[in-house]
Amino acid sequence: MSAGPAASAGPAPRAAPTAHAAPAASAAPAASAVRTPAPFGRRAVAVTARERHGAYTLLRCEDAGGPRPRAGQFYMLSAAERWGGGDGERPFLPRAFSVLRAPAEDRRLDFLLEDVGPGTRRLDELRPGDRLHVVGPLGNGFEPPRERRRALLVGGGVGIAPLAIWQDQLEDSTRPLLGFRDRARAAAAGLVSSARVATDDGSFGHHGVVTDLMRQEIAGRESEIEVYACGPPAMLEAVRAVCAELAIPAQLALEAGMACGFGACFGCVVPTRAGLVRLCLDGPVLDADRLESALLPGTGH
Amino acid sequence: MTVELCGIALEHPVINASGTFDAIAARRVFGAELIERFPFAAFVSKTVTLAPRQGNPPPRLWETGSGLINSIGLPTKGLEGYLGEDLPELAELPVPLIVNVMGFTPAEVGELIRAFADRPEVTALELNVSCPNVETGLVMGADPRELSALLERVRPLTDKPLIVKLSPNATDVPAVARAAERAGASAVSLINTLRGMALHPRSGAPWLGGGGGGVSGPAVRSVALAQVYAVAEAVEIPVIGMGGVQRGQDALDLLRAGATLVAVGTENFRDPAAASRITAELSALHGNSAPELT
Ligand SMILES: Cc1cc2nc3c(=O)[nH]c(=O)nc-3n(C[C@H](O)[C@H](O)[C@H](O)COP(=O)(O)OP(=O)(O)OC[C@H]3O[C@@H](n4cnc5c(N)ncnc54)[C@H](O)[C@@H]3O)c2cc1C
Ligand SMILES: Cc1cc2nc3c(=O)[nH]c(=O)nc-3n(C[C@H](O)[C@H](O)[C@H](O)COP(=O)(O)O)c2cc1C
Ligand code: FES
Repeated sequence: MSAGPAASAGPAPRAAPTAHAAPAASAAPAASAVRTPAPFGRRAVAVTARERHGAYTLLRCEDAGGPRPRAGQFYMLSAAERWGGGDGERPFLPRAFSVLRAPAEDRRLDFLLEDVGPGTRRLDELRPGDRLHVVGPLGNGFEPPRERRRALLVGGGVGIAPLAIWQDQLEDSTRPLLGFRDRARAAAAGLVSSARVATDDGSFGHHGVVTDLMRQEIAGRESEIEVYACGPPAMLEAVRAVCAELAIPAQLALEAGMACGFGACFGCVVPTRAGLVRLCLDGPVLDADRLESALLPGTGH
Repeated sequence: MTVELCGIALEHPVINASGTFDAIAARRVFGAELIERFPFAAFVSKTVTLAPRQGNPPPRLWETGSGLINSIGLPTKGLEGYLGEDLPELAELPVPLIVNVMGFTPAEVGELIRAFADRPEVTALELNVSCPNVETGLVMGADPRELSALLERVRPLTDKPLIVKLSPNATDVPAVARAAERAGASAVSLINTLRGMALHPRSGAPWLGGGGGGVSGPAVRSVALAQVYAVAEAVEIPVIGMGGVQRGQDALDLLRAGATLVAVGTENFRDPAAASRITAELSALHGNSAPELT
């Protein structure tokens, strides 16, 4: 294996003047600067903790055999038992989850789940001691901010996950902005430090959408900011539109239905200005200016 | 568990199903470990057509109980892109390469076969006449006479083994297989995906960007077994069996039904190294209980 744990557990990426054009950190051929190669095949890991954060579940596991992921990368998860192995119903295929936290000093991987269907419900049933199958880390993570820009993290709902690990790794970022449907869901905002929160129903923080906060935060600082966003399609599209209007670079962590996560099925394509790309391979983080729209067919609930 | 297919020596009888594993993408994702632990005894590349194709608009996937409906729609760089960009990289794989091609007319099929006929990197060709996602793909593989006419025209164009991938969406699959054999096919492979469809849970409109799609995975396993069994009885040429293989036992069933090789498709999506596990399970079953399979 070309990039074992030792090769990829280096220091977190730092914003540097030349960071955007930095050469690949890994020795693997054609590996991007923001991709840690995955061990081949799925591996069983033990669930070590399960916590509730508002309407979401944090699942922690001990991934002794895996390298450290880059912020924005994801894993394909499936429960080791009762997941399409026998004559069961759905879930059958693994599901994609961004890594929420992966501290460099231990082998822990944290994921944040929202129960929206049979797969997430099955994962939500897991308890410490249960086994989980993981493939990953997969996809391309976030690039450091372009020269002289600071990161502004903008999240919605369970989409805060890749922002938490990115905040951990960034030397410096402005106060994150998070949007939730209501107060119960906003309880997860504590997973990201010192965030400003908006709720759709006004039950917590700003009454409105997160792009309201974004416009306030950016006003007058258009040339100093790079936006990193993850959340539901409608939110991402609003973020994309604001950034396009204000000519601010933005990196969006997108979602699409995925069967494999490693480029095998061609099922996860998203339309970009240059045609369809496989999101699991060329994303899930895409520069906003590659997209006509962040509203993707077959996504959202 | 070494086997031979049309004179090609293989280390074991498990290969991949076309379109379910992209070795070039997987190398980017898994690095050199993919090559060191390559799970297939031969690699079958995704269907190549003459012209580049975008494939179907998303969404392209729908999960069923124990299966998948896909409307990928055969995206491909086309012949020129494949020869220039993919073939050099695929030639580096540690196993023989089988190129899967599809044409919309017999002339196109001929052109594709000619393009690979003298390529030393290519061990065999698989002819896709059965993709249910693309209208014209159905015609040639669904009718014995159509298929005979096609093969009589293109068979003389190469000395390489020519595997015909049959459509399961035909009235009489063994009859189509016999026609392929008579017209010079070196082997047949089956099953391709079965036609299926899903509706949007709320709007009721077709969910998949291509309208309908192809069903694969454990949901089609018993159909695959029946068709492989029937075809293996009908022809003398080797049969490559596939459809819902998840475990060594599923592979053994297809071999007992008369297949020479077994291909793993959808199960690769659940575990990229699934074929290695299946091969190990198959080998254990062989050792235990299958003296007739050597
Ligand atoms: C890169 C990436 C990162 C992600 N990160 C996270 C994360 O950190 N946390 C998190 O909670 N989620 C994350 N997701 C989303 C997560 O993968 C999905 O919520 C999950 O796959 C849903 O599975 P399910 O079985 O629970 O729901 P499903 O039943 O699969 O429903 C989810 C959606 O899929 C569609 N759908 C419904 N039925 C079917 C069907 N039969 N076949 C296909 N599609 C159907 C509908 O649009 C539905 O709303 C991420 C997705 C991607 C691609
Ligand atoms: C996502 C997907 C893409 C496929 N693409 C192709 C293809 O390009 N060419 C082809 O001949 N068959 C293609 N197939 C069919 C498979 O090769 C195989 O015949 C079928 O999936 C049955 O095997 P399985 O149940 O193990 O998946 C595809 C199947 C799937 C699921
Ligand atoms: S999820 Fe299979 S190619 Fe992206």
